Amino acid sequence: MDILVCIKRVPVTGAKVTLTADSQAIDATYLSFAPGPHEECAIEEAVQIVKKHGGKSTALTLGPAAAVEQLRYAASLGIDDLILLETETDWPPMPTARAIVAAVQAQEKPFDALLFGNESADAGGYQVGIRVAYALGMPVVTGVKKLAFEDGKAIAHRQTPNGWEIYEVPLPAVFTIKEGINVPRYPSIPGKLKAKKKPIQRITPEMGEVGLEKVRLVVPETEASDVNILGHGAAAAPQVVELLGELGLV
Amino acid sequence: MTILTLIEHEQGAIDPQTLSMLTAARGLAQEQGWPIHAVLIGADVAGLADGLGDYGVTAVHLIEQDNLDAYAPAAWAACVVEVMGAEKPTAVIGTGTERSNEVMAHIAARADLPFAANCLEIQPDEDAWFVTRVRWGGTLREEARLYGSPKLLTIAALGIEPEPEPGGAPEIISVVPDLSDDDLLVRVVSRIEPEREGISLTDAPVVVSGGRGVGSAEGFAVLEELAGLLNGAVGCSRVVTNNGWRPHAEQVGQTGARVAPELYIACGISGASQHMSGCAGAKHILAINNDPEAPILMKADTAVIGDLHEVIPAIIAEIRK
Ligand SMILES: Cc1cc2nc3c(=O)[nH]c(=O)nc-3n(C[C@H](O)[C@H](O)[C@H](O)COP(=O)(O)OP(=O)(O)OC[C@H]3O[C@@H](n4cnc5c(N)ncnc54)[C@H](O)[C@@H]3O)c2cc1C
Ligand SMILES: Nc1ncnc2c1ncn2[C@@H]1O[C@H](COP(=O)(O)O)[C@@H](O)[C@H]1O
Repeated sequence: MDILVCIKRVPVTGAKVTLTADSQAIDATYLSFAPGPHEECAIEEAVQIVKKHGGKSTALTLGPAAAVEQLRYAASLGIDDLILLETETDWPPMPTARAIVAAVQAQEKPFDALLFGNESADAGGYQVGIRVAYALGMPVVTGVKKLAFEDGKAIAHRQTPNGWEIYEVPLPAVFTIKEGINVPRYPSIPGKLKAKKKPIQRITPEMGEVGLEKVRLVVPETEASDVNILGHGAAAAPQVVELLGELGLV
Repeated sequence: MTILTLIEHEQGAIDPQTLSMLTAARGLAQEQGWPIHAVLIGADVAGLADGLGDYGVTAVHLIEQDNLDAYAPAAWAACVVEVMGAEKPTAVIGTGTERSNEVMAHIAARADLPFAANCLEIQPDEDAWFVTRVRWGGTLREEARLYGSPKLLTIAALGIEPEPEPGGAPEIISVVPDLSDDDLLVRVVSRIEPEREGISLTDAPVVVSGGRGVGSAEGFAVLEELAGLLNGAVGCSRVVTNNGWRPHAEQVGQTGARVAPELYIACGISGASQHMSGCAGAKHILAINNDPEAPILMKADTAVIGDLHEVIPAIIAEIRK
């Protein structure tokens, strides 16, 4: 099984988000970066699939040169090959999908499965994986929280408020993964050392038509709450129970 | 100039969020003087059409076929694309749910059109429409121009109260789509009923949620006990699921569940924006945290400063008194 996993570099923000002066991005001066949570699980899933069924895993990211960091992170968890589609800016979904499709078609060997996140952490476009699937003529199952392969087909489970939906699709296919499908491992020291030396396939794609054009980002107004400190330590218990009473909960 | 809306339904009822979306779409349509049509897809759904009149829908494109009994995203998209060809709508609008976002992305991929997910505001214009959409799971907004024709978008409907207004029964336009085997390849082949153990996280009136401050899987015993006393459910932060202390089904936040209980008790949770976007709908937030500077105090209504392992047992004892 040869697996491709597509990951996007995003800043790890804390409690407060500040924007750059031009409102085009999050001010990441003091922030670290990571792949999105769904994509971290997609990396783990790819590593586990290859461990179980053999084959090779590849991670791809479209982003700035610095996104090499996220590729190396994927490699430190056990991903074999790395592809960087280098861009200057954050691309909208249509050109991103086109560039991923072109990169997939440029590989010598086709993939058996392509893994994406259900949605990217920052843009939340809910579409890149589906667009890639159509362009490559593959079936796509989204929101996958359990994935198994047998006899050239995949069995994918998706969780809804009304229980689990089960899908069966032939390969090759695209799956968009949701956090919760597994618990991603942490990088090991030997893994990190090995990842440093991995070669990276670099491609510089052309953006073309955008379709959805970001004008600016906005931090929504939130009213600063006037928190009412009920008390300190165990001594605050009566006040808490009084509050529960006021809310009609005891 | 028509707005075509995508109707989601489950187990013989229209999804409540679809009604919220229709309420918002009706506002937009009335402003512009455009009629609203709906696309209704399934095996036994004709009965749902009439009720749509109360949400301003004047015509329903009804696609009723036995092979559409189970949800099949590509087939749904094929149906909508077929109606798009006949009706030439100005926009196709869905709801910001997992399902509608999926179907809209399929439509977009099929028709090679741009698609804006989870819009909060929509301003039609000659060429590009100006939309404000949710990013970072609610932490940020993006103002953007949406090109293409028709415009494809979904409306973030959580928080919009459905407002029916008595309207006549809509006209029914039966459509027989040309579906290929490929369109029906990805479909629900079977289901597993949800595990209903106690009260579910999204329905519970009280959520007792734990973060890194709980310290261990065993540490959650007191949170479970408190939740039990309050007829509530246990939730947690991503640090907790990543440590394997609790199952991911209990995670609240951007990549977990959205909850809107009467009371959200955040124990040993710092208040990261990606966590808070999952409990922003709570009526009251009580934080229990040993750090008086923790960011959660900026977002909570009430707080107790102290070690949760002392505070929670004391609350339990006080309730039992
Ligand atoms: C794209 C993205 C998506 C994310 N999605 C989610 C999500 O869905 N849900 C989510 O939760 N997070 C999510 N996160 C992670 C989020 O950013 C935070 O890292 C996480 O919420 C922090 O968890 P925490 O509050 O439990 O831990 P910490 O931030 O470490 O906070 C622990 C808190 O416990 C307090 N504490 C410690 N000991 C005690 C004690 N004995 N008694 C009382 N208080 C104590 C500390 O003062 C501190 O405030 C996401 C991150 C990203 C980048
Ligand atoms: N710049 C990118 N580089 C690599 N993969 C991406 C990129 N943008 C989006 N993806 C993939 O597509 C998924 C869905 O993204 P989106 O359509 O933006 O929600 C993400 O979870 C990633 O797996």
